[in-house]
Amino acid sequence: MRFIFKTDYNQDIRLAKHGGQVFWYSGLLVAMLLAPWGISEYWLAQLTLILIYGIVGLGLMLLAGFTGQFSIGHAAFLGVGAYTEAVLTGAGVPFPLSIAAAGALSAAVGVVVGLPALRVKGVYLGIATLSFGFIVEEVFARWESVTGGNAGKHVKSPEMFGWTLDSGPQFYFLCLLLAIAATLAILNLLRSPTGRAFVAIRDSEVSAQSMGIHLARYKTMSFAISAALAGVGGALYAHNLHFISPEQFNILQSIDLLLMVVIGGLGSVHGAFLGAIFLISMPQVIALAKDWLPSAIGQAPGLQGAVYGLVLIAFVMFEPLGLYGRWLKVRTYLQLFPFYRRGLFKRQKSFQKSERLR
Amino acid sequence: MQLLQLIISGIAQGCIYGLIALGFVLIYKATETVSFVQGELMMLGAFIGLACMNFLGFPFWLAVPCAIVAMALFGVLSERVVIRPILGQPAFSIVMLTIGMGYVGRGLITMVPNIGTETHTLPVPYKDQAWNVGALVLNVEQMVVIGSTAVLSLLLYAMFKYSKLGIAMQAASQNQLAAYYMGIPVKRLNGLVWGLAAAVAAIAGLLLAPITFVHANMGFIGLKAFPAAVVGGFGSLPGAIVGGLIIGIVESLSGFYLPDGFKDTAAYIVVLLMLVVKPNGLFGERLRKKV
Repeated sequence: MRFIFKTDYNQDIRLAKHGGQVFWYSGLLVAMLLAPWGISEYWLAQLTLILIYGIVGLGLMLLAGFTGQFSIGHAAFLGVGAYTEAVLTGAGVPFPLSIAAAGALSAAVGVVVGLPALRVKGVYLGIATLSFGFIVEEVFARWESVTGGNAGKHVKSPEMFGWTLDSGPQFYFLCLLLAIAATLAILNLLRSPTGRAFVAIRDSEVSAQSMGIHLARYKTMSFAISAALAGVGGALYAHNLHFISPEQFNILQSIDLLLMVVIGGLGSVHGAFLGAIFLISMPQVIALAKDWLPSAIGQAPGLQGAVYGLVLIAFVMFEPLGLYGRWLKVRTYLQLFPFYRRGLFKRQKSFQKSERLR
Repeated sequence: MQLLQLIISGIAQGCIYGLIALGFVLIYKATETVSFVQGELMMLGAFIGLACMNFLGFPFWLAVPCAIVAMALFGVLSERVVIRPILGQPAFSIVMLTIGMGYVGRGLITMVPNIGTETHTLPVPYKDQAWNVGALVLNVEQMVVIGSTAVLSLLLYAMFKYSKLGIAMQAASQNQLAAYYMGIPVKRLNGLVWGLAAAVAAIAGLLLAPITFVHANMGFIGLKAFPAAVVGGFGSLPGAIVGGLIIGIVESLSGFYLPDGFKDTAAYIVVLLMLVVKPNGLFGERLRKKV
């Protein structure tokens, strides 16, 4: 067991809490850098997809997990990023510029959504973002001169300084670089006053306001940053598939993204990536399970949806902290070994606790 | 005359939205959360009705109450098994939970071999009939929807106004703690509210079935009922019906007068406008929080 005796605030917000963390994350980084030589092309593609969803998940995690603003239309931002990237690279704009534009345009759209979100919260915000998602999907389908409508649109490979990053390892490194940059950006944001303001808003808007936090500014900012990350993720997503169409950015995709952050563990940066790993690997696991299930169940078309639903219900009921929460519990158990108490992480019994205005 | 015709079909569609929204509002008032599973409950209700008629050979007038009762029991059961253990957690947990229930419902129905993936027609006795009133052509299916919604609304109104159960539900929805102290069994009441919401959803499903078809994805219409609930004011039962009617009529008119694409988004544009202009909805009460 490691004891860290904190005597200073700067110690509390340090990026790496102790040497062990530096060691393990460096190990992870080395493993990720060596991955293209160690695993097959298929798994490298899956890993790339995990990184892309991880970037999007980081954005949604900031919004939902740290600021407490739930967006049920996040796929729209993904779509804005993807279409911006498709149009710009189609016009020959170099990749660094086009991905910056994709992020910036998504952020601008995020601000537009964030503004009405200032007046509404909770359930109403969910419905506002849901509506926004539907409208954007319809715009993608109807604005044929730009988006190609329902027929979809082809996306060129990213080009940078005269290189074309199309083969697996090159694109993988690009995604890895952006994912690391996004993670560091979010981690640094969270240890800054802005990040603390976000968390304060999540915990109680009223008390945050009374502490002098400008609710409107920070909520809009949170929407903008989250949308920008979703836009960058969307741009990479478009390059990954080389083809985009409106139905890739529909309500089901939005719900998948939410499912990802909830299962990963709301309010943790690890959760975004754990959720992405879950979301990408789940179909593979189900496909493997199909072989030894009786064919009446295994071959049924609805199996995947039903399993998703059951897993989601199980997580909300038994592990509200998500995969990351489960890991924390395992780790704490090992650290405290003979002294772990049942219910160490249990929330206070809160029957009849209310969030309703009264 | 064209306009009147459009408005009538809008009203019929709006009644369906209103009935689903009624389920949202009932559950919102009781447990302070939004149930995303309402559309799937509707779909299940329609499938149970179909099963009663096609496999058990029940006549229509027996199949309908069977489906409603079955769904009410299902609602009570699912509240007991899934919702009650997590009461008091943040509202968003329950939203995710109901989304999960929706996935399970759709998935399980799709998994039924040879039935789940196909579209079915519900053999109702009033299929494909129409009355001619002057120059108007009144579709009997639509008239049944409007009539049933009106009757159901009256019944619910009477229940909440005069019956002990309805008054207890109102009390619990206004202040659970106070209701609990007054001896009202709040937990059991929540179960009953879920049962009621599921029964209303089943009615909506049975009414919608002859107009569209019965298939596993018919529950997605539930997403159109959110705008209805918001426009009416999320905590108001008459608001749900009125909101549904408004959404239905706007949708019907914009489908005819506006270019392609507006029909599907009209409901969402209306709800965004509503949230910007009057976030509490038409019938919503304005509350302030004391700290």
